[in-house]
Amino acid sequence: MDVVQLKRQLIAFTELLFGEGFLDEQFNQLQQLQDENNPNFVAEVATLFFEDSERILNELANNLDKQSVDFKKVDAHVHQLKGSSSSIGAQRVQRVCIIFRNFCNERNVEGCLKCLQQLKHEYALVKSKLEALFSLEQQILAAGGSPSI
Amino acid sequence: MGVDAESQFHVLAVDDSIIDRKLIERLLKTSSYQVTTVDSGSKALEFLGLLEDEQSGSDSPSVSSHAHQVVEVNLIITDYCMPGMTGYDLLKRVKESSSLRNIPVVIMSSENVPSRINRCLEEGAEEFFLKPVRLSDVHRLKPHIMKTKVKEKKRGEGQEEEREKCHEGEVQSIGKQQQPEHQISNKRKSMEEGLSPDRTRLRYSDVAAVV
Repeated sequence: MDVVQLKRQLIAFTELLFGEGFLDEQFNQLQQLQDENNPNFVAEVATLFFEDSERILNELANNLDKQSVDFKKVDAHVHQLKGSSSSIGAQRVQRVCIIFRNFCNERNVEGCLKCLQQLKHEYALVKSKLEALFSLEQQILAAGGSPSI
Repeated sequence: MGVDAESQFHVLAVDDSIIDRKLIERLLKTSSYQVTTVDSGSKALEFLGLLEDEQSGSDSPSVSSHAHQVVEVNLIITDYCMPGMTGYDLLKRVKESSSLRNIPVVIMSSENVPSRINRCLEEGAEEFFLKPVRLSDVHRLKPHIMKTKVKEKKRGEGQEEEREKCHEGEVQSIGKQQQPEHQISNKRKSMEEGLSPDRTRLRYSDVAAVV
């Protein structure tokens, strides 16, 4: 595939991600901070987000598995994930976090568990979308083009 | 494009989130600031040379004359919600320190809580940014840094310092239920910048309700 086609694909894919709410305006902000001197900024932030999220999801699973759930702890973790998803523009993940926190407030274990499942799902989705996005960008670079839209 | 030595201001950024530290660092560096990031309030105090007792009201400059601290910090930007020492606690410690209280402090938070915002402003914070922080927010830091630079020049002139804190006095003298319009719009010019209105809103009803 040539550069022009790849770029069209990238644009279409990006529009889809925004349209379906996987990403929001904050992701644009991150892309604007990327330049020749910091060519991997967005990917680096994404990597940090992936690592952090996986850590938090594990903590959440552990904490919700207990006989007596420490909702403060759970809420603190969700708050963290809400923050980081907001910072990268992972809108759907962020939204589940908000609902999750409400269940924490209500000390509703069932609700929390449901949210955790949803979170895992949304996280996996946004991760694969972002990886696909970065892969497209790499292909464009390899084909001699520049991915910046 | 030449960058003169004067414009190399140094910002200390404090945030327990590694993602947010990376983000704020990039934002600040893009705006030509020198940046140091730390992940906690206590590390910030350590960096500022404040871990030892600094009760003596010395006439040292705004840079701590403590042996450990050799780097001048022109602004501190800190997250509010951090385990252990919150951004508010850090703000208080800085403002209570005779050597550091002139360093402008900006608070960041992911949550729009009017009482929290008011408390920080009353304690001496210059601005309160809602997260995620953007380049347009960072552009608003310069006046606060410059104001401090001017203060430092006037130091030798005696009581200037007290008078220049008048904006804090204004906040305190106004009842909590009535944040004047300009105060609110200062903190986040969301409307002007065309951001969606629900990003930040100090609704009068909220402010009144919290009290």
